[in-house]
Amino acid sequence: MIKFIFIKLAQLIPTFIGVTIVAFSFIRLLPGDPILLMAGERGISAERYAVLEAQLGFDRPLIAQYFDFIGNLLQGDLGTSLVTHAPVMSEFMNRFPATLELSLFALLFAVIVGLPAGVLAATRRGTFIDHSVMGVSLTGYSMPIFWWGLLLIMLFSSTLGWTPVSGRISYLYFIEPVTGLLTIDTLLAGNWDAFRSALHYLILPGIVLGTIPMAVIARQTRSSMLEVLGEDYVRTARAKGLSSFRVIMVHALRNALITVVTVIGLQVGVLLAGAILTETIFSWPGIGKWMIDAISRRDYPAVQGGLVLIAFIVMLVNLLVDVAYGVINPRIRH
Amino acid sequence: MTTLSPSAAPGTLRYQLAEFWGSFSASRGALVGLLFITFILLIALFAPWVAPHDPALQNRDAFLVPPVWHAEGSWRYVLGTDAVGRDVLSRLIHGARFSLSISAMVVVLSMAVGIFLGLLAGYFRGWLETVITRLMDVVLAFPSLLLALGLVAVLSPGLTSAMIAIALVQLPYFVRLTRAAVIGEKDREYVTASRLAGAGHGRLMFNTLLPNCMAPLIVQATLSFSTAILDIAALGFLGMGVQPPTPEWGAMLANAREFMGSAYWAVTFPGLVILLTVLMINLMGDGLRDALDPKLKRS
Amino acid sequence: MALLEIEGLDVRFRTSTGLFPAVEDASLSVDEGDVLSIVGESGSGKSVSMLATMGLLPWTAEISATRMAFDGQDLRRLSPRQRRKIIGGEMSMIFQEPMSSLNPCFTVGTQIDEMLKQHRGGSRKQRRERTLELLTQVGIPDPEKRIGAYPHQLSGGMSQRVMIAMAISCNPRLLIADEPTTALDVTIQAQILELLLELQRDNDMALILITHDMGVVAETAQRVIVQYAGRQVEHQDVKALFAHSRHPYTEALLSALPERAGDQQRLPTIPGVVPGQHNRPEGCLFNPRCRYATEHCRQVAPKAEADDPARTLCHYPL
Repeated sequence: MIKFIFIKLAQLIPTFIGVTIVAFSFIRLLPGDPILLMAGERGISAERYAVLEAQLGFDRPLIAQYFDFIGNLLQGDLGTSLVTHAPVMSEFMNRFPATLELSLFALLFAVIVGLPAGVLAATRRGTFIDHSVMGVSLTGYSMPIFWWGLLLIMLFSSTLGWTPVSGRISYLYFIEPVTGLLTIDTLLAGNWDAFRSALHYLILPGIVLGTIPMAVIARQTRSSMLEVLGEDYVRTARAKGLSSFRVIMVHALRNALITVVTVIGLQVGVLLAGAILTETIFSWPGIGKWMIDAISRRDYPAVQGGLVLIAFIVMLVNLLVDVAYGVINPRIRH
Repeated sequence: MTTLSPSAAPGTLRYQLAEFWGSFSASRGALVGLLFITFILLIALFAPWVAPHDPALQNRDAFLVPPVWHAEGSWRYVLGTDAVGRDVLSRLIHGARFSLSISAMVVVLSMAVGIFLGLLAGYFRGWLETVITRLMDVVLAFPSLLLALGLVAVLSPGLTSAMIAIALVQLPYFVRLTRAAVIGEKDREYVTASRLAGAGHGRLMFNTLLPNCMAPLIVQATLSFSTAILDIAALGFLGMGVQPPTPEWGAMLANAREFMGSAYWAVTFPGLVILLTVLMINLMGDGLRDALDPKLKRS
Repeated sequence: MALLEIEGLDVRFRTSTGLFPAVEDASLSVDEGDVLSIVGESGSGKSVSMLATMGLLPWTAEISATRMAFDGQDLRRLSPRQRRKIIGGEMSMIFQEPMSSLNPCFTVGTQIDEMLKQHRGGSRKQRRERTLELLTQVGIPDPEKRIGAYPHQLSGGMSQRVMIAMAISCNPRLLIADEPTTALDVTIQAQILELLLELQRDNDMALILITHDMGVVAETAQRVIVQYAGRQVEHQDVKALFAHSRHPYTEALLSALPERAGDQQRLPTIPGVVPGQHNRPEGCLFNPRCRYATEHCRQVAPKAEADDPARTLCHYPL
């Protein structure tokens, strides 16, 4: 198992180098003088230009710049934001828990709804329930989530007044960050009202972000279950006199999960892409909104650093999924 | 099994088409999808004649007029107007042109390059394959929308850069599928036979292998088409895609957002059109997949 | 009263083109200590009637019978819960494909343990001991090690031994073996049959052995039912069957045995295949392949004579 993880890790190295090259080339690929571009319409003084050039290392040869970039990266230094002048790394780390919390909630929602729906559809194949689940999941799968978010805000926030429109928690509460996940930090602080507030703010964006993964998981679960339910070992399980609940939820689902887990892992990229839109709509202070702001403000060091870190997270999660796959699939493990 | 047209002999193209149509039309969803897409395509094609108004015309007497079923609505603006008095329906109709044509270009571009790279990787193997698959891994390491956004920022926001960015993001799927299909087909007898008959690399790749790898690629193309529509709209919504005042569905949503509380129609209809179009393409894609490749049916 | 009694069993499958009769008017009865063999080519519905008895057919199957009883309990009237008490516990089954019949995600030990837990109970330690005992009993070397093995680590023969261990774990009174050796190497086949018979003798179980191999029948069974296209064409004791088969189909099956072919250059075969849903002949179902068939056979379906103990389904029994 350890060996398996190391092999997987080694395979990631070339990809990671590729990612750093892409992020590095990013600023250098800009047509025209990157510093003037960063300055935008504001213009820039000669001294400021020199300072920036030195700071960004643009006066040095390209290869040297790249190795500087890698060297700094390995020390956790991704440069400083042109807008806030704070280190990109700490900017990112400050916002990452918000995105993590949102994504985890979305994934939780997706699995809690999608998995049972898929199982139900498969075991009730061809019935009204099956058709409904498939219809809903195909719709969810086709959903423009930025519109979905707006629609839910119009309904639940504007019209019904049930949920807040933006932010992570009511301004009434201040919670000392421990994990950075407000739902957990409020619980750690033992503040139930704050927890309820955090959950209240989380629920709508979480559902919006979780919609597509939910649909994908439901579809995949259904098709995997249909395949597995026809297998000989499911018949064996029935022949053992087990209840149909146990046959389906233990013998069949355990095998169906092997492919479902892979698909769940693939949703991480979807979640992070979706977070950009969801966070924009709900003014959620996470990395998605931060990246959008950085891009529109031409804060290139932030964009570059963000790209590397996000790609790094995606690769890390994919590695975890590979490991999880090995754990639930004995044929890989041995 | 499929219902076959008895008029064609097995093995001919007509027979294959008849067989394909038999299993495709067996799915009601696929037919509905096909009809709807044809309808949207026709509307897009004849937009200037179908649309009741000029999509850019700002009518100062009609800001945020509600749709016809409201008391204040009128048949003049069936789906209402936006904040500067433009007819929502006309903008949606013209928007179909942009969404569909850009998405089609995305698919063509991505498919052409992807198939080429996939053929190279699967046919020659070796270091070329390693380089190509690694490159695709790199692309896949970024969340698609983020990479597209970054590219658009580099290339400056606009129609062409949005198109290129989204095509690039879709590329890995075509490369991977082609490569896998080529590797699967490469050692089959008909390929060996063709090679022994003296076919060169180019001929083997494009004339012998490619036609036999098309089924999953066509399915992927429909999937890419719907993803492209969503991504174009997302870029437009974030202000990084097609620039105003071009009537693009995503940009329409972004413009209408601030009037969300007072003018739901300006937000609801563009999104609904996006959803319906994407949904119908996906329905069609499911039918295509079942008809073209029974092996893929389950995934 | 026999242990398992079935009379007039019909099984039909709902298909897109109508009902397909997989089994028609099947009857059998087995007692404790009996070895009954059901023999016939693939597609003759041998497994279907047993799967119907176990309640393992998919929902597309329509089952009806005039009598279907296990140990006096009417299997048709049992609630699912009551049926599950019998299935696996008192009446268990092993299948043709041992490799795919074991769940790839659980260890051998877990899968046997689950059966014990379901029908026997007992502490974890007791169940583990029983599992080890069973593995030894079915001839698996080094059971302490194999108990934690996953199915993909076992050969086909080993997997079938595990299946057998699982099936006999709760001392069933009836074991149904559905082509248990078909998927295995020839050398392993004999061992597995030997094992089944040994277990049958030691535990005084009833054994129903489904096979397409007359050789297997000769070596194992006491009584034989020959089935063709969903119909039972002959019931006989094994000796009588081999000495004097009554139905032309049985005769054809027997003459395809290498031992019977004598010094002929080629083994005789039965031309054609078992009819499927769309090519069922008029009259006797076997008539297209029967070398004795007459015009009468091609028009009228045969019925068994009331005074024929072999219940031969033929107009002109041999």
